[in-house]
Amino acid sequence: MAVNPATAEQHGVGTSTGISNAKLGVWAFLASECLLFGALISTYLLYHDRTLPGTPTPRQVYDIPYTSVSSFVLLMSSLTMVLALAAIQRGDQEKLRVWLMATALLGMTFIAGQVYEFTRFVQEGLTLKTNLFGTSFFVLTGFHGAHVTGGILMLLSLYGMSLDGRLPTERAEVVELVGLYWHFVDVVWIVIFTVVYLIPTGK
Amino acid sequence: MALEMDTPEQRAATKAAALREEPELAEHPGPKEYIRVAVALAIATALEVGLYYTSIPHTLFVALLLAFAFFKFSLVALWFMHLRFDAPVFRRLFLLGISLALTVYLIVLFIFGVFHF
Repeated sequence: MAVNPATAEQHGVGTSTGISNAKLGVWAFLASECLLFGALISTYLLYHDRTLPGTPTPRQVYDIPYTSVSSFVLLMSSLTMVLALAAIQRGDQEKLRVWLMATALLGMTFIAGQVYEFTRFVQEGLTLKTNLFGTSFFVLTGFHGAHVTGGILMLLSLYGMSLDGRLPTERAEVVELVGLYWHFVDVVWIVIFTVVYLIPTGK
Repeated sequence: MALEMDTPEQRAATKAAALREEPELAEHPGPKEYIRVAVALAIATALEVGLYYTSIPHTLFVALLLAFAFFKFSLVALWFMHLRFDAPVFRRLFLLGISLALTVYLIVLFIFGVFHF
C-alpha cells in the first residue's frame, strides 16, 4: 500500500502502512479470543445435558426473563461506549466522562446480575462440582464475567485519566481500543444468550 | 497561482483515494446512527425473547434464534466496532478468527454427535 508516512504521522497513526499497530494488535487479540470462547461454548454444548439423577438441569434453573434483562443491559452498554468514543472524537470531555461512567455502571449491573444468578444456582444445588452441566456453565459464564470485570476496570481507568486531563482528543484511539474490547465482550454474550440459554431450554 | 475548482466527482475520487491510502481517516457514524442501531438491537432482542414463548417447531425456533443472533452480532461488529468503516485488514483479521473457531469447533461437535440429523 503506497502511503505518505509524513501524512500518516500527522494523523497520529505513525506507521508506514497508515494503520495503527495498537489497533491491529487489539484485533489480533480479539480474533484469538474467538477461539477461547469457541472452546468454552463447544464444551458447554457437549456437556449441558450430562446431569446426574437428582441434580439440577438447565431447564430447572434458568430464569429466561431475568437473563433477558441482563442481556439488554449489556447490549445498551455498547451504545453508551460508542457514544463515549463519539464524544472524545469531537473533543467533548464532559460527555466522554458521562458515557464512560454510564458504560461502567451498566457493566457493573450486568456483573451484579451474574453474581445473583450464580448465588441462586448454588442455593438450588448447582455448583461447579455438581455435574458436567454445572462445570461447563460456570466456567463459560465465569470467564465471560471476568472479561466484563476487566473491561469495567479499563473504563474506570479511562474515566480517571479524563479527570486528570490525560485523555485529550489526540488520544481518542485509547478509548476506541477499550471500546473494541467492550463490544467484543458484548457480541460474545449475544452468542451465549442464544446458544446457552434460549436454544437448549426452548420448547 | 490560479485556483481550480474541483467537480463533485473529482472531490469524491480524491477522498476515496485518500481513504485507500489512509484508512484510519475514514469517517465513523454519528450518535444518531448509533442510537438507530441500538433501537434495532433492542427490537431484535425483544423478538428473540418473544419467540422463546411461542410454540413453533423446534427446527424453525433454532433457525430463527440463530438468525437473530447473527443479525445482532453483525450490527455490533459492523457499526459499533466500525468494521464497516475501518480498514479491511481489521475485518479480515476478525473473520479469520471467527472462521477458524467455527471450523474447528463445528468439527468437534459433529464428531461427538451433538448435532442429530
